[in-house]
Amino acid sequence: MINKEEIKHIAKLSRIEINTKEEEKFSKDLDEILNYFNLLEKVNVSKIEPSFHPNEKFLKKELSFLRKDESFSFDEKLIEKIIKMTIEKKDRYVKVKTILK
Amino acid sequence: MKLDNLTIKDIHYGLVKKEFSAVELTKNYFKKIEEKDKDISAFLFLSKKLALEQAKEVDKLISNNEELPILSGVPMAIKDNILIQGLKTTCASKMLENYVSPYDATCIKKIKEQKAIFLGKTNLDEFAMGASTENSAFFTTKNPYDLKRVSGGSSGGSAAAVASDMCCFALGSDTGGSIRQPSSFCGVVGLKPTYGSVSRYGLVAYASSLDQIGPIAKTTEDARIVFDILKGKDEKDATSIDFKYNPFNLEISKLKIGVPKEYFIKGIDKEVEKIIKSRISDYEKMGAKIIEISLPHTEYALPAYYLIATSEASSNLARYDGIKYGFSDKETDSLLDVYLKARAKGFGTEVKRRIILGTYALSSGYYDAYYLKAQKVRTLIKKDFENAFKKVDVIFTPVSPTPAFKIGEKITDPLSMYLSDIYTVSVNLAGVPAVSVPAGFSNDNLPIGLQIIGKPFEENKILEVGSLLEK
Repeated sequence: MINKEEIKHIAKLSRIEINTKEEEKFSKDLDEILNYFNLLEKVNVSKIEPSFHPNEKFLKKELSFLRKDESFSFDEKLIEKIIKMTIEKKDRYVKVKTILK
Repeated sequence: MKLDNLTIKDIHYGLVKKEFSAVELTKNYFKKIEEKDKDISAFLFLSKKLALEQAKEVDKLISNNEELPILSGVPMAIKDNILIQGLKTTCASKMLENYVSPYDATCIKKIKEQKAIFLGKTNLDEFAMGASTENSAFFTTKNPYDLKRVSGGSSGGSAAAVASDMCCFALGSDTGGSIRQPSSFCGVVGLKPTYGSVSRYGLVAYASSLDQIGPIAKTTEDARIVFDILKGKDEKDATSIDFKYNPFNLEISKLKIGVPKEYFIKGIDKEVEKIIKSRISDYEKMGAKIIEISLPHTEYALPAYYLIATSEASSNLARYDGIKYGFSDKETDSLLDVYLKARAKGFGTEVKRRIILGTYALSSGYYDAYYLKAQKVRTLIKKDFENAFKKVDVIFTPVSPTPAFKIGEKITDPLSMYLSDIYTVSVNLAGVPAVSVPAGFSNDNLPIGLQIIGKPFEENKILEVGSLLEK
């Protein structure tokens, strides 16, 4: 059902480099797992709304999850700590490798 | 005075009455860790310096006769996917091996206000993905009852640390059973709270619509004390909710316990079935009414859970890019190459498998058949619980179909590992609270937990019902 080409494509979409051994292993694993998941074909879900969230109803009622769209101050020390963690930087800029060659 | 197997209240009153100091107590826990953890491997690392500073501060409060909050001076452990400022948060992954937390998780902030003592961070399956801690990039946590067996997962380090008395209580996180299953395997109390009751800010995200932080403790009372401190609305987590318990006085003669017939089927270990059924009949003897119920969509919960969890994981873990923080490979020549190599070398096999599975379920052509279908099945599972709770107050089930399995037994077969979550995942999909309470031992002396499931925001009820097992 799921072949090695497909796995290679999905791995690329996932931004994970995989070797030939992993290609084989993951296609076998996913095949087995998805085969089991096909159990869902037995359920009739026509007219059933999806629940993207366990207490969606509550949140909709309260609307309390929406915060005001406004800026707030950020601790300067925290910003420094976060910048310090970047792999490559120049001054306060994050440096990345060439995107287009 | 012997400082073993102390509960939160034992410690609180011991400190208040000056039977021991917080420093003495903390040193005693470190001594126990030194003796036991070389066999068990529950801790990824200790925070001795911080712990002794915290303990000294508590002793100062005591000598000044200041009022002590209930968790003051109580030594605890924290699953290593929860951020404590200045300490590492590795998620048991090479990806975050050197990541130092820039801020405190909200639950940590609350516990710091209480002045509890942080002994160290505990082992887990990498990024909380697994049921045995065998997916940790560093080592496997052994079961304190049998070192050849797993502690469960993913919060296996936390459960094993509590079970072997290397801490008074611990924090864990539960996405599909990661607090309850290791608690069952290690014979301790583990609470997965209602979705939204505890802020997830500062918990490294795995599957955001399922993740919850909760306590692992020695008693239901301790779990309740810790949960009451953790709960509540937090500005920084939009899904968190303030709530008050409905008053509940346990009158056993009025208690209606539902037992879902779908949970006692082929595949359940005979001893697990026997012990759970015998505990259910104990409640019946105490006067509770036992009602057979049906949760008809139970068999679909596991595939729905794994599709939703891996889809959310594939999105959440996109942040590990080899640029902002974490592991990065030096031998790269383009931006795409940075991503591909950092993630190839930084993630372990199970994490890769789940990201790939989730990406597949969300990809064009499969979204409707897998991801959307799973979310619709989730609605049906929620309705199953809503219908059941019209007839009963609480639901009793096993936590896991088997007691702790052997190290290595399932690690090469991902599907069989996934199947060990069969009794715990529905609870996360429905967002309801559930607790694992020790229910007995197998013939091999392995602990077996009873799962008590409640209506949303009724943690008080399930813990009180569970406390009857402790008497």
